[in-house]
Amino acid sequence: MKKSVILGVATIAGLAAGAAAAGTADDVKARGKLNCGVASGVPGFASPDANGEWQGFDVAVCRAVAAAVLDDPTAVEFIPTTGKTRFTALASGEIDMLARNTTWTFSRDVDLKFEFVGINYYDGQGFMVPKALGVSSAKELDGATVCIQTGTTTELNLADFFRINNMSYEPVPIETNAEAQQQYLAGACDVYTTDASGLAATRATFENAGDHVILPEIISKEPLGPLVRHGDHEWGDVVRWTLNALIAAEELGVTSANIDEMSSGATDNPEVNRLLGTEGTLGEMLGLDANWAQRAIKVGGNYGEVFAKNIGEETPIGLARGLNAQWTDGGLLYAPPFR
Amino acid sequence: MTTLTDPPKEHFRLSMLLYDTRYRSATIQVIAMIGFMLLAAWIINNTIQNLETLGRTVGFDFFAEPASYDINQRLLEYDSRDTHLRAALIGLLNTLVVAVLGCITATIIGVMVGVLRLSNNWLVARIMTVYVEMFRNVPVLLWIVFAMAILIESLPAPRAFRGENPEATMDLFGTVAVTNRGVYVPEFLFSRGLGDIHLFGTSSLRFDVSLDLIAFLIVMGGSIFAMRKVSAWANATQEKTGDRPTIWHIQLGLFFVPSAILLGALGFHLGFPELKGFNFTGGTHLRNSLIALWLALSLYTAAFIAEIVRAGILAISKGQTEAASALGLRPGRTMRLVVLPQALRVIIPPMISNYLNLTKNSSLAIAVGYMDITGTLGGITMNQTGRELECVLLLMLVYLAISLSISAVMNWYNNRVKLVER
Repeated sequence: MKKSVILGVATIAGLAAGAAAAGTADDVKARGKLNCGVASGVPGFASPDANGEWQGFDVAVCRAVAAAVLDDPTAVEFIPTTGKTRFTALASGEIDMLARNTTWTFSRDVDLKFEFVGINYYDGQGFMVPKALGVSSAKELDGATVCIQTGTTTELNLADFFRINNMSYEPVPIETNAEAQQQYLAGACDVYTTDASGLAATRATFENAGDHVILPEIISKEPLGPLVRHGDHEWGDVVRWTLNALIAAEELGVTSANIDEMSSGATDNPEVNRLLGTEGTLGEMLGLDANWAQRAIKVGGNYGEVFAKNIGEETPIGLARGLNAQWTDGGLLYAPPFR
Repeated sequence: MTTLTDPPKEHFRLSMLLYDTRYRSATIQVIAMIGFMLLAAWIINNTIQNLETLGRTVGFDFFAEPASYDINQRLLEYDSRDTHLRAALIGLLNTLVVAVLGCITATIIGVMVGVLRLSNNWLVARIMTVYVEMFRNVPVLLWIVFAMAILIESLPAPRAFRGENPEATMDLFGTVAVTNRGVYVPEFLFSRGLGDIHLFGTSSLRFDVSLDLIAFLIVMGGSIFAMRKVSAWANATQEKTGDRPTIWHIQLGLFFVPSAILLGALGFHLGFPELKGFNFTGGTHLRNSLIALWLALSLYTAAFIAEIVRAGILAISKGQTEAASALGLRPGRTMRLVVLPQALRVIIPPMISNYLNLTKNSSLAIAVGYMDITGTLGGITMNQTGRELECVLLLMLVYLAISLSISAVMNWYNNRVKLVER
């Protein structure tokens, strides 16, 4: 008798847990708010501005998804995560999606049961050193003290790089970007290593940015992209195609300036029409309405505009498009067709 | 004529489980037990169910895979190709190092502060009060971060030691370098060393034991044994003749000469740190993270220990001291022979929990990047393998084992010093 009661309760509990895990898109709609995990302050990618509003390249992805799903780019709860806490936050359901310059790797995708929905920044790991050290190549760093954010792929790349080149180093593990800056600027480490984009972003905040150089070696491939939990494919599709919509919009010449005009009626280009919902039923297939992509693009413009506004060459971060140009311009960005 | 009748036999009725005080407590306990088991079953089942939903399995296979990350402070030889298990072991040793160092310094500082707080000197007593209140009432994490910030910001970087006219110079006749990356002190080297014994072959738990150290410990042990013998002989002579032979020079000789001979035979010399490339090389590197953590944990816990010591001393009635004085004992001896042995009875039990606190607080090490077991097993390994459940469970188990061991040792000591009651 006692046993059967326990089993009964356990079964109900199990069913409840199973039911709660399904349908992130519905959860988000019911909640009226998107919980989006971001970095805890990387200028240009995700950091709160003077008014406490989150701004940045990764933040823009969250806002675009919120606009597509909830018709409100501000209906986002930004949850700052560290390199260590991000996966637990996503796996436990605390956040609906993670847009925190996270590298797409095999084990994260397959073993950790996440779904990388695409790549919004092609990056690679680099080194920053003070100019005064007179170092011009990463191969000259034998014996150096290296500040590194713990719990990231950079930690593993660093170990491999120094091992392959038969050099020794002293790792100084650090929890957040801000602490890393403090240690690096005080000279407690000679080198700061993270993704090259992060280095540029960090350097941009220094008082004398010119006193620091980013070494030419890029020692790893770091495809960064947003990710969701594995298994909820409907939600994964929503995030994936919102990102693709931003990228495709740039390729198709849809910008925040001309989107109203283009979406007011059917244009000559059927793909633009399908993207903007004036033709076909793409939105319906996603479980959204026809104007989902319009709203996503309206928030901050297409991919190129988001890039230029947050991290582009006009900003203090000053990153060139490089690999992140459209495939038509010799870059790697390539959105599958909207068909 | 009388008839003996049995008292009416009371039949057990179900309602008695609730209304009869004889059974009620048992009923409540059974219900509580069932409730507790249901809760536990629900939690376990939920976990298993959720893991299944995610398609994850629980296992410890990942321990045998290469860790792929480096650890700066390693007491055993380790590189990034070693396994996660070995990385955890290195982390465990780092935890133990800071815990042991912390407990020792916290005890020394705590006892001193506790005694000084009772001082008749107004200023000294007040300063100690300020110290205790300051450290006791600010979270230890802040002290750790604060200590680290001070070390990093106020000390010179190694490059300040470079050049013809360096901004910073080495201390203690050029043997110790104090930098914002840590303190480099001379290391012990043996030019004719005996080598190491390699335990556990090439497994993850391999362990090198230095024969030099063993030889040194054996000689030291022999010296101390001989010193005890000499001292026993002196006591016996004193008993017999009333005169105590002078033995201090024999004792000194016994203590130093054999180990000095051994060290000479092994070719003992000091290795001094020297600036080479980016950093100092040679010497022993006490990293900033270790120093900051050690310092903050010791000072914080010492504040609590000071209060315990003060309470312990105050718990001994004044009559004891007065009686000891009446017998002609000097104040030092009164403290050592009369007050402290009784005070220890009060001091030791709360002291145990402070040692446990210090050890558990050492898991805040990640705030300063000290690679303890929380940083390796519960940090990087957990993050790179994504095995939260396994890593956290194991981590809890490790801390539990450490804490229970500390408790066991301290309880044994407590039993030795407590008053024998009849």
